[in-house]
Amino acid sequence: MSAKPKDLRAAGPVRYMNPIVEIENLTKHYWKGDQIVPVLADINLVIREGDFLALMGPSGSGKSTLLNLIAGLDRPTGGVLRVGGINIAELPESSLTDWRSEHVGFIFQFYNLMPVLTAFENVELPLLLTGLSKRERREHVELVLELVGLTDRMDHYPSQLSGGQQQRVAIARALVVDPALIVADEPTGDLDRVSAEEVLELMEHLNLNLGKTIIMVTHDQRAAAKAHAIRHLDKGVLTDDPSGTD
Amino acid sequence: MLFFLRLALRNLFRHKLRTSLTALGIVIAIVAFALLRTVVDAWYAGAEATSANRLITRNAISLIFPLPISYANRIRQIDGITGLSYSNWFGGVYIDERNFFPQFAIEPKSYLELYPEFILSETEKTAFIKDRKGAIAGRKLAEEYGWKIGDVIPLRGTIYSGSWSFVLRGIYRGAERKTDETLFLFHWDNLNETLKKTDPSRAERVGVFVLRIDRGGRAAELSDAVDRLFENSLAETLTETEEAFQLGFVAMTEAILVAIKIVSFVVIAIIMAVMANTMAMSTRERRREYATLKAVGFGSRYLLALILGESLALSIGSGILGILAAFPAAGILAAKFGTLFPVFEISSRTIQFGLFASCLIGLTAAVFPAWRVITFPVSEGLRSIG
Ligand SMILES: Nc1ncnc2c1ncn2[C@@H]1O[C@H](COP(=O)(O)OP(=O)(O)OP(=O)(O)O)[C@@H](O)[C@H]1O
Ligand SMILES: [Mg+2]
Repeated sequence: MSAKPKDLRAAGPVRYMNPIVEIENLTKHYWKGDQIVPVLADINLVIREGDFLALMGPSGSGKSTLLNLIAGLDRPTGGVLRVGGINIAELPESSLTDWRSEHVGFIFQFYNLMPVLTAFENVELPLLLTGLSKRERREHVELVLELVGLTDRMDHYPSQLSGGQQQRVAIARALVVDPALIVADEPTGDLDRVSAEEVLELMEHLNLNLGKTIIMVTHDQRAAAKAHAIRHLDKGVLTDDPSGTD
Repeated sequence: MLFFLRLALRNLFRHKLRTSLTALGIVIAIVAFALLRTVVDAWYAGAEATSANRLITRNAISLIFPLPISYANRIRQIDGITGLSYSNWFGGVYIDERNFFPQFAIEPKSYLELYPEFILSETEKTAFIKDRKGAIAGRKLAEEYGWKIGDVIPLRGTIYSGSWSFVLRGIYRGAERKTDETLFLFHWDNLNETLKKTDPSRAERVGVFVLRIDRGGRAAELSDAVDRLFENSLAETLTETEEAFQLGFVAMTEAILVAIKIVSFVVIAIIMAVMANTMAMSTRERRREYATLKAVGFGSRYLLALILGESLALSIGSGILGILAAFPAAGILAAKFGTLFPVFEISSRTIQFGLFASCLIGLTAAVFPAWRVITFPVSEGLRSIG
């Protein structure tokens, strides 16, 4: 572990110390026909509020699977998975969907913007699930677009934006409902160095100044260096000593 | 939700070529459907235009055997029968076999009384009744062949051999749209006098009697009364309502009508499959987008609205275009058919059915893709390359 995160944490307020993600003996396997494909084995992990965690590991090691589990996109095979004190593994599908919309922001490798919606509309999308008025929605959207520095591009369609700009729109979309947790699956995986740097700085800003808890899967050492802590997955097993990050 | 319908519309126009081709397919299918249904309707038009107050008496054995004119007086005696006329199918050829139109030898005065829906000016009516060589024609028929009053119309006899010619004394129009305006009517006396000289055994005979009854509700009772009168005679009669009589003709071609109806539904079924394919393709390409929407927190009903909205917008939009296009198409066809069908118009039922079919096309096309999208695991959807 680098010294940097520890220093920052030491300087940070006490309220950041509550665990937001608690994982105990988590396992996940898929079925391929009648064959079991083990993906995650006996994962134990605690992530605290305000953490910025990087998940690394070889391709196929289960990083995305773990991230999806934490974000409530998939269901574990066994173990305990509490996010924000709620055992999300036990939520019925529709409650889980509602829970995601309130508590988790998503950033994907390929941005996953709706190509037929403008930057503004893409960011507005998650707000449609809230009871906000049109005017309130506009205010929120403009606020986050300003934060990611794309106010002048809000009427552009994704195809009219560079990769880095699209990813910043995606970050704005993840941010607009003000979730406590942001999950990012290789957010810089499709970007050149300059754009990647911009995106990482933005995420660092969200973490440091807005107090967002971020879990980021990445292959990129430079990206991981922004995090407070790095955990490695190998063949479905967390290999680092857990005490290092706790 | 409104936002989602807008999104659905925008999705629709992502593949302009694919959408246009599918829309074109639906338009053509609906036009074909409407035209086929209209042909079927046209077939039944004769039965539609009937009156509940008219009965038709014919030979019980077959329509091709005539009845003696002497029956007329006995039928008139029956209480409840308030009018009587008669007619013979003439079946002549006007210049060429292809120029088909129905011709009847009738008793002018009583016949026009029984068919008030054939509207003729007083002067034309008197002129027709007075001239034994005279004839009248429906408006559509006269238009088709460019006849004017005073023209001599030659007909070559088939059932009644020889060359016949008539002077057009009047052109009637129908009181209602459904009234047959393609008939050619001339004096029964004219026919009968000639037969007396050339073929006396066939003289003094009529094809059918047309009876007017005082109340539609007495049709069955009065039909019985007429038929009982001629029981066990040489020519027994069969009396039925005008509608039943006309439907009897339709029944002869029932098989063709059933075939046409089946084809009209097959057309719809084919376009349903085409449309379902379009929707399946579109939704498969967008798996990652739908998964993203789910990840962000949109539940099944939003995805259903998105997919159903896109599907219905396409099918109903094209369906309406198809129905609009069916009118000029039916016009062209009606002109081509000429006097073959007395009435060839798209009915409101056909329009309703066309709209219903459009909805059904959109609905069935969306069901399977929507179900797939809704049940597809988010984490897998996010993996798909789109
Ligand atoms: N739906 C599924 N059915 C069967 N196996 C699956 C399924 N989803 C993932 N797997 C398997 O689980 C393992 C872990 O996949 P995962 O996507 O989590 O890896 P990853 O660490 O994110 O890899 P990468 O770095 O390439 O993104 C892989 O071997 C993959 O084939
Ligand atoms: Mg992955």
